[in-house]
Amino acid sequence: MEFDESVDITDKVCPLTFVTAKVAIEELDEGQVLAVRMNDGEPVQNVPRSFKEDGHRILKLLDNEDGTYTLFVRKVE
Amino acid sequence: MAENINYKELKAGGFMSQVQKGYGSLRLAVIGGNLDTKALKVVAEVADKYGNGYVHMTSRQGIEIPFINVNDLAEVKKELEKGGVSAGVCGPRVRTITACQGIKVCPSGCIDTYTLAKELNDRYFGRELPHKFKFGVTGCQNNCLKAEENDVGIKGGMTVTYKEDDCISCGVCIKACRENALKMVDDKVEIDRDLCTYCARCVKSCPTDAWEGEAGYIVSFGGTFGNKIHKAKEYLPIIRDKETLFKVTDAAIDYFEANANKSERFRATLERIGEEGLKEALNKAYQG
Repeated sequence: MEFDESVDITDKVCPLTFVTAKVAIEELDEGQVLAVRMNDGEPVQNVPRSFKEDGHRILKLLDNEDGTYTLFVRKVE
Repeated sequence: MAENINYKELKAGGFMSQVQKGYGSLRLAVIGGNLDTKALKVVAEVADKYGNGYVHMTSRQGIEIPFINVNDLAEVKKELEKGGVSAGVCGPRVRTITACQGIKVCPSGCIDTYTLAKELNDRYFGRELPHKFKFGVTGCQNNCLKAEENDVGIKGGMTVTYKEDDCISCGVCIKACRENALKMVDDKVEIDRDLCTYCARCVKSCPTDAWEGEAGYIVSFGGTFGNKIHKAKEYLPIIRDKETLFKVTDAAIDYFEANANKSERFRATLERIGEEGLKEALNKAYQG
């Protein structure tokens, strides 16, 4: 999947996981796509939903099959 | 003076004796853990004027003002009433109805807990029973309000429906589900209903609203968390409407009133006489 920017939050712990991802999407323009690499467990359970609650559009969650996932999310102002 | 006081009567009015002779801690009526600022101000004034300048937050979302002289009690209650605050209750009756913030505030919530707490309060608060009786309302499976530690615990949940046409096969719900009830088969999501706990995390996380949730109440009975610890048990399927919910809570409290010995908690009654009678009463209420 194509994206404009990426951020890796696999070295962050809650609540910095979503905070880091949130800061990253703030940098984008409306309609651009952010790829967020995150760990299995709490981050993948919660980060997609937090993006939804902030009004952004989730496109796809990709299983990297190494214990991490990549979420593609389109920025909505 | 203090020797002639009827402490049993005072307890019914939320006044609890203290180590310090002649003083007590006045419990205030709080519903669902919310208290507006007008009430808080009058509580602060009273605690300054009659107490020791502080309040104690109870484990069940109550507020108590310690160090009230029993001779000031009538005056204290009058001043509190002016600010819209009334005394709570202790002793063998229905206690404070507790609640989390629920769907009106919390993104995880499935039901309007505060409204329900107020309705339960109007229906039952202070009702005299063989022993104390506690209601707790929590908005979702996160269970911040610990439903199962109450005599009757109510937990919000959602029965979910998958709308295939709206699904973009993103896979978010599969991971959002903590019960592993969902799997992706040929780009469509399949649900194992036996594993679903009605937590609604699929509904909350789906970016295209392809999961539709119908709110309901998961009710458990006979919890205690004091001297004895027992987790309240669910005897019924999820309840979809408030009318049925109240029929069921009426049936539970009536059953307790009719069958409990004096000073016997709900769980103890169930252990003494078995659960079958209660189950029967609840099922009857559930089926209307």
